Formats: sequence, C-alpha cells, structure tokens
Amino acid sequence: MKLIKLAWRQTWRDLAAGEIRLMLLALIIAVLAVTAVSFITDRAEQGLQQEANRLLGGDAALRADTPIAITVPASAKKLNLNVAQTASFPSMVQTGAAVTLADIKAVDDQYPLRGEFEIQRGNTSQNETVRGGPKPGTLWLSADAARKLNAQFGQAIGVGDAQLIYAATLLQEPDAALDYFNVAPKVMIALRDLPSTGLVQNGSRIQYRLVVAGNKPSVQKFVQNTRKNLQRGQRLESSEDARPEVRSALDRAGRFLSLAALVSLILAAVAIALAARRHSARHLDGSAVMRCLGASQATIAFLQLGELFFLGLVGSGIGIGLAWLLQLVVGGYLSNAMGVVLPAASLQPIWAGFAIGFTVLLAFAVPPVLALRKVPALRVLRRDVPISEPSAWAVGLLGLSGLGALLWWKADSAVLGGLILGGIVITALVLAGIAWLLLRWLKSTRHKLHGPWRYGLANLSRHQGMTLTQVSALGLGLMALLLLTFVRTDLLSRWQQTLPSDAPNRFVINVQPDQLPAVTQFVQDIGLQNAQLFPMVRARLQSVNGKAVTGASYKNNGERAMRLAEREFNLSSVAEFGKDNTLVAGEFWSKNHSGALEMSVEQGFAESLNWKLGDVVRFDVAGTKLSAKITSFRKIEWESFKPNFFVVISPNGLQGLSASYISALYVPKDKQNKMDDLVRQFPNLSVIDIEAVLKQVRSTVDQVSRVVESVFYFSLFAGLLVLLAAVQASQDERMREAGVMRVLGASKKQLRLAQATEFASLGLLAGLVASISASVIASLIATKVFSLPWSFNLPLIMYGVLGGTTLALLAGLWATRKVTQVPPMETLRSL
Amino acid sequence: MSHAINVTNLSKRVQLPASELCILNDVSFTIEQGQTLAIVGASGSGKSTLLALLAGLDSASEGRVEILGIDLNTLDEDGRAKLRGEKVGFVFQSFQLLPALSALENVMLPLELRGDNKPEIAAREILQQVGLGERLDHYPRQLSGGEQQRVAIARAFVVQPAVLFADEPTGNLDTETGRAVIDLLFELNQNSGTTLVLVTHDERLAARCSKQLRLASGQIVL
Repeated sequence: MKLIKLAWRQTWRDLAAGEIRLMLLALIIAVLAVTAVSFITDRAEQGLQQEANRLLGGDAALRADTPIAITVPASAKKLNLNVAQTASFPSMVQTGAAVTLADIKAVDDQYPLRGEFEIQRGNTSQNETVRGGPKPGTLWLSADAARKLNAQFGQAIGVGDAQLIYAATLLQEPDAALDYFNVAPKVMIALRDLPSTGLVQNGSRIQYRLVVAGNKPSVQKFVQNTRKNLQRGQRLESSEDARPEVRSALDRAGRFLSLAALVSLILAAVAIALAARRHSARHLDGSAVMRCLGASQATIAFLQLGELFFLGLVGSGIGIGLAWLLQLVVGGYLSNAMGVVLPAASLQPIWAGFAIGFTVLLAFAVPPVLALRKVPALRVLRRDVPISEPSAWAVGLLGLSGLGALLWWKADSAVLGGLILGGIVITALVLAGIAWLLLRWLKSTRHKLHGPWRYGLANLSRHQGMTLTQVSALGLGLMALLLLTFVRTDLLSRWQQTLPSDAPNRFVINVQPDQLPAVTQFVQDIGLQNAQLFPMVRARLQSVNGKAVTGASYKNNGERAMRLAEREFNLSSVAEFGKDNTLVAGEFWSKNHSGALEMSVEQGFAESLNWKLGDVVRFDVAGTKLSAKITSFRKIEWESFKPNFFVVISPNGLQGLSASYISALYVPKDKQNKMDDLVRQFPNLSVIDIEAVLKQVRSTVDQVSRVVESVFYFSLFAGLLVLLAAVQASQDERMREAGVMRVLGASKKQLRLAQATEFASLGLLAGLVASISASVIASLIATKVFSLPWSFNLPLIMYGVLGGTTLALLAGLWATRKVTQVPPMETLRSL
Repeated sequence: MSHAINVTNLSKRVQLPASELCILNDVSFTIEQGQTLAIVGASGSGKSTLLALLAGLDSASEGRVEILGIDLNTLDEDGRAKLRGEKVGFVFQSFQLLPALSALENVMLPLELRGDNKPEIAAREILQQVGLGERLDHYPRQLSGGEQQRVAIARAFVVQPAVLFADEPTGNLDTETGRAVIDLLFELNQNSGTTLVLVTHDERLAARCSKQLRLASGQIVL
C-alpha cells in the first residue's frame, strides 16, 4: 500500500517537475488519435450503415414468393423490432381509355422503416417527405405512370377490381436503388386495399417483403432465427445485398476506415516508444539515488510499473475525454457534410482506448522503464558506469507482438493486419539497413565537410543504435502517412473516375432488332454520343458439360449458386468488351470471331457455380437451346453504370433468338425532352430515368469520401505529432550540445545550419526509404485488399521524400528553437 | 593599454515566485593580460555565475564586463559568440565534448566555426602537445576522464585565446589526474601568454594563480 502511495506521489512529482510530461503527452496523443478515429469511424460506419439500411427500407428484409407466415412478424415484434410489410407484382392499371402495365407495390402505414418517400400532392404543391404509404382508398403514381395514364390528381384509377384515387406523385422511394432495372411505371397502394383489388390469386407473381428495424443485436438475432427457418422461395436481405456498386463503395469505405485507424495506431506506438526512451533516460539518476538509499530491484520495478499504471490511467483518461470532445465536433461537421444524422458514438471505443493505452505502454514503455531497476547505485558517484539496457531483440519482439495484437484486433482481418505488420517489419529492417550503410559511408566521407555541416552529419553517425531507431521511427511515421496518401488518392480518384459527370443517366430498353438502325439514327440526330446497343435474351441454365443441372445440383455451393441456377438471367453478346470489363483468365474472342460459340463469364458468377474454363454450358432461351464454351473470365466494374452482363456470348451468338436491345445514354438536361420524342416515335421502347438512382449512389460515394478525408486529416495530424515526439526524444542532448557550440563561438546561423543539416538528412533518409516501402505495400493493399489495379507513382515518391525532409526539418528546428534564444549557460544548466 | 578583463558594478539577480534572489552583488575588479585569477568561494557563493557573466554566457542584471576593451553589453548573443570564438577559450568541469565527434574533430570545431581553412593541422599539433597524438580518432566515450579533459583543454587553446575560462577543471577528476591536467593548463597558459580565469574549490590550485578573488554571498570578500 505504501509503495502504491509512493508510486502515485512519484507520478505527480514527476509530472510537476516536467520529467514525465512528454511521456504523458505522447500517451494522450496516442490514445486520443486511436480513440477519436475509433469514435469517428464508429459513428461514420453506423451512419453509412443507416444509409445502406435506408436503401433497404429497414435493417433487414425477408423476401418471399408466397405470403409470409404470421409467426415471422410476431417473432420480430417479440424482439422489439419494428415491422413493415410490402407486396409487389406487375399488373395492368387503367384510367378511362388509357391502360398500362405497372409495377404495383402495396405497402403498410409503417413502411419504410428507414428513409422516407418523396411525393408531390398536386401539380403546384411542394415536394414532401413522408413515411407510410398511401391512405386506404388512394394511390400514388410514378411520374411516367401518371404520364402514360394521362392521370389527373383526384381521378380514380382502376387497379384490378378496385378504384383508387390518385392522391400524389411518387418522386422517390428509399429502396429505388435496389431495383432500378425495374422497367414498368410504379403504382403505390395501401396494403389494406390489396384484397379489394382481387389481384391476389393462385399463381399470381407476387413478391412479399417483410422489413424489420431496431437495435443491432435484435436485428442480428432476427436474421439468425429467420435464416434457420428459411422456407423455399424465401430470401433474407441485409444492407450487404444492396446494389453491388453501393455495397462495394461501403465495403471499401469500411476497409479504408480500418486502415486509417491502423495507421493512427502505428503512429501512436512509435510516439510511445520514443517517449519511453526519454522517460527512462531521465530516470536513471533518480533510480540510482533510490538504489543508493536502499531500494531493492523489486521496489524500483514496482514503483516504475506503478508510475506507468497511473500514467496509463491518467493519459488514457485524458486522451479518451479529448477524443470524445473531438468526435462531437468532427461528428457535427460530418453530419452536416453527409447530410445524415450520425448516431451517437458507442461506448466500445472508451474501453478500447484504455486497452490501447495500456497495451502500447506494456509493449513499448515497460522494457526501458523496467531496465531502470538494474541501474547500479554506483552511478550516484560515477555517471560513466555502464547501464544494462534491455535486450534489443526482447524489446523489439514485445513491441511487435503488442502492435501485432492491436493491429489484428483493430483491422479485424488477419490479411490486412498481416500486411500492415509485414510492412512495418520490412520497412523497419530496410530503413535500418539502408541507414546503417549510409552511416558507414558518412563516417568515411565526413572529413570532407566543415564545421556545422560536419557536426550535423556527425550527429547522424553517433550512437548507431539511436540513429537507426530514429530513422526507423521517422520512416515508419512517414510510411504510414504516405501509405494513407497513396491509398486515399487512389481510392478517391477511382471513385471519382467510376462516377464521371457524364455517367449514363438513361437506360433505353426493349429496342427490337428491326428498330436498331432507326433508334441509332435518332440518338445521333439529337446529338448524343454513339450509343452502344447490347442484345439481351432471358435464359435459364440447363446443363454443364452435358450434365443437366438444377438448383439442387448446387446444394453444396451455397444459397446464391442455387438461386442463380434456378432463376432466369440476362444473356448478351458483344464483339468487343468495354473498359469496364477486365480479363481475369482465358482469352477474349477476336472482334471478327466466327465459328463455334464461346462465352465469357463474370469471375464471381463463375466461382459461385464452380464453372471452369473449357466447360460447355447450355441454356434454354424461350425454348431454343444455346450452347457455348467458356473461354474467358472477366471482372466487371459495376460502378460504370453501363449495361453489363454476367454471361456474354461471342458475336452473333444470339442470332435467331428473340433478343431485344438495351443501351445506356448520358442525356444532358437540355435534351431530356427528346427522350419523350423517342418514346412517342417508338412506343414499345422504355426509357428509364436512372438519374435519381445515380443521385443516391453519388451522394453515398460523396459521403464516404468525406468520412475518409476527415479520418485522413486526423491521422496526418497524429503523424505530425509523432514526428515532433521523435525529435523531442533526443532534444536534451541536442540542446546541451548546442549550448557547448555556442560557448565555443558558434553563431545562431551556424547552429541552425548544423541542426538543419542533421534534421534534413534524417528526414531525407527516412523519407526516401519510407516512400519506396509505402509504394510497395500500397501496391499489395491495392491489388490484394481493394482489388484495384496499381501503377508505380513516381511523383508521390518525390513528394514523400520532399515531405519527409521538410517535416523533419521544420519539426526539428521548431523543437530546438529555444536553443538559440536562451543564453548558453541557461541551456547547459537546465539539463 | 586596456585591461584583459574589466568588471564594473556587476550584479545578477533572479526573480523567484515570492522574492528576488541576488546571486551576485556589485562586483568590480580588473585583470591584466597574462595574469592568472582564481575565483574561490563556498558553494552558492556566485562563482559559476560570475564566470558565466565574464564569458558572456549569461546576461547581467546590472553592471558591465569588458573583455579586451570590448563591452559585452554592446554585443548581442551572436556578437558575444563571435568574440568567444576568436578571443576566448573555455574548459568545463564536465568536459562538454561533443560525443558525435572524434577527439580531432572536437578540437577542430572552434576553428571551423570561425572559418579557418586548414583547421586540421593546428588541431593535430595541439593534440600532440597534450599527449593525445595517438588518439586523434577516438570518440569521447573511448577516452578516460583525464583524457577527455585534455581534449577539452586542447580545444580551448587551439584558437590561441587571449582569455581562457575554466570552471572547476579538476572537479570530475581524481587527484593525480587533476594535478596533471592543471600542470598542462598552466604550462599552455605560460607558453601562450593567455589570461587565465578559473573557478575552483581547491585552495592549492588557487594558490598557484597570481591573483585570487574570494566570493561570499555574491560579494567580493577582501
């Protein structure tokens, strides 16, 4: 108990004396960085998840082709979940003489549970956002449905047997992005009106959906329970099943945010390691005096560990508190930027903050601090007695283990954590190796330099271990920053590229073969870019390599494979693939291919069905058989918004089959009315406005970019603090020596020149190796984790070297600025 | 001819939270070129402060210090550093060698700082004189305390200073080594005609100087 009190007193005494402040500051910065990033990423991820859920209309949905048993909503309600139900099916609707095929969606007054409808109740009314579908007896029409029916507000519209009043125009529904390929105009009715329409009959193609929302554990429980009891024709949807382009954006964002947190974690650990060295060095005398006064090794160890414990408690506490305040500010900004209300941060990062604080202290601060117990009492009399330092291997291994454990935990992915840790070890080794070679060279060439230059460079080759540590630490900090820059730049530019401002905003579908020349001509006449028209047929899988297959044949390949094998899907045929298709295996056919039919399959699709190159697959296309040999696998960039197909047949492969054609166009605002002319001229065509969908996806991508940017700036700030800590770790020595140089007659300019030479060289060295390592690791992450192509980026490497040199120079000169302002005697005395 | 050192009404006070502490109070004296002066006194009497003020390492609260006729008050920090580089040498109790530099480089440094073109020749020569001709490339950590102090003395004398300040030059050395170092210091001083000002506790060392200045509570005791 007495020792605990003593450790507590020692902590405060050291704090008051300023001895321990740098260590505390480094710990606060460490915990602040990681915890704030955790808070922010936690909130941003929750926000993004909510956004994804908004697209789904809830947190999870059960889709079924038969009415959903009453027990399912009952069990959801038991879990305190909100429940909403919908039913959709195609049917004719009519008003007077006008009749059109529409997609009817019957929703209850709870739907959607996430997000809202945007409607307009009159020609001149303001747009409204509402929750809950139309009131019984009324309906909402999409703009094209209203146009096709020539419907007026208040008019009765016939849906089956029922006459429902046109009450509002449906401008946007939350889950529109889920099925924007839906061709038909939309009609929204109240679920309670569904029986009166008389459209629910045996054999009706009705799709029932039950959507739930509520707290996360309950939703997970519901998903688990429902998955276990999934009936035939039923399917569970969560935000992961949302549109592939939205999903991949979210997925990348999640990975990137984890990466940003990992980078902060590395920076934090580097800062702690540097601060701990300084702490230990400054405690040598005190410990020697205590040994002299009779303290045992165990007592010194207990006191030092006790001090670290209190330091961890205070530092982590302050760091977490500051992180909490910071996330309030950044969260407010993010909320504005994202245009969504971010949920409050969870408590998990608080405990994680303490865990990180103590783990980093344990891995990086304990070894040098524990070494204090071995300080010989003789040091009180003779300062030159050797001090036993902890084994560099043991310290390195402990530090790496601690870091590895934290990385694994934070990354939640062994691959990502492993890559980062591998990068650290390799970088540290490469940095140390190159630094060592350079130091040897410096030693032999230093005599060619003079005065401040020589002194500046000489400082690099002194205490080899210390310099290697410094270069490695600086290099690691820089590498982390550069890695972030590499990946961020790449990601953001990729996202920008994937959604260009002239991304298609209209799909034209159902073009018949005989209309091809006329439609192409029309598009050209109104001044639009040449539109590529893709033939499309609905096909069902029949056999692979002569062996008949059904859904059951893929029982072992999972639910997706079974679904793919059972359902009809679109087949197309092209002579040449666009840039959004990348060859993964095999070979694309030549432009003028003729002869035996070949097919190219999307990689993921092929993997699901276990298809191999050379397999011969037969489809049934409206009664006609179509066989082709798989000659290539492709990767598709769904974000291109161009029509893309899982399975594509070689040129002329769809001849003789009743194919229709589809095209995607970018139609500028001033030409959008021309699309009405197109439909008037070719009444069988449907022009789908995907602008709304694009708007949703683009806004999601924008939000993701903003979160990533915020987190990046925060990590950059943490990185700068680490650079300062690295310079400050050796500040005492530098200040003392600068004082001596002043006594020997060095001018301020000469002193600054010497410091500048050293810091610039240090930064240059660290920057160079960090740039190269970051480039290599980034290429691994880009290709293995993000599945993005990678190219060597020379300007960024130059930027890294210049940035490293400048940062080290500025930070170093700033940290040692006092040396030239204080009389030399004061500098010498204060140390 | 001006004095080597002329001190007039020199005071140094520092502000404490509750009061003002007077470390040096109204001190005046002169030393002629080539003289040796020992500043003696108990701990806390203000010896080291006086030495720091004489060498322009610290600034006075009041009064004036002239070195070779130059009033230190008229010089800024860089001006005082330049004067030290050209005219003044310094030997510290704790040697204060730069650990990154070899013995030879440590001695070359003040010459390089003042812009000498061939600093190595003079540095080698003086290291030979202090008996370290064989240890030119050794780093401070590879040298004993006595050897380090000899390097420090060589570094002080290499600029052929007009005035040399020494702060407890034997304070960190055993008696035998201390005596050898002092012999060396006086020998070099005699050969070069330098004015030597040293701070010491050692009465025997003080007795070897041509003049003694005793301090008590920041004042000269006669």
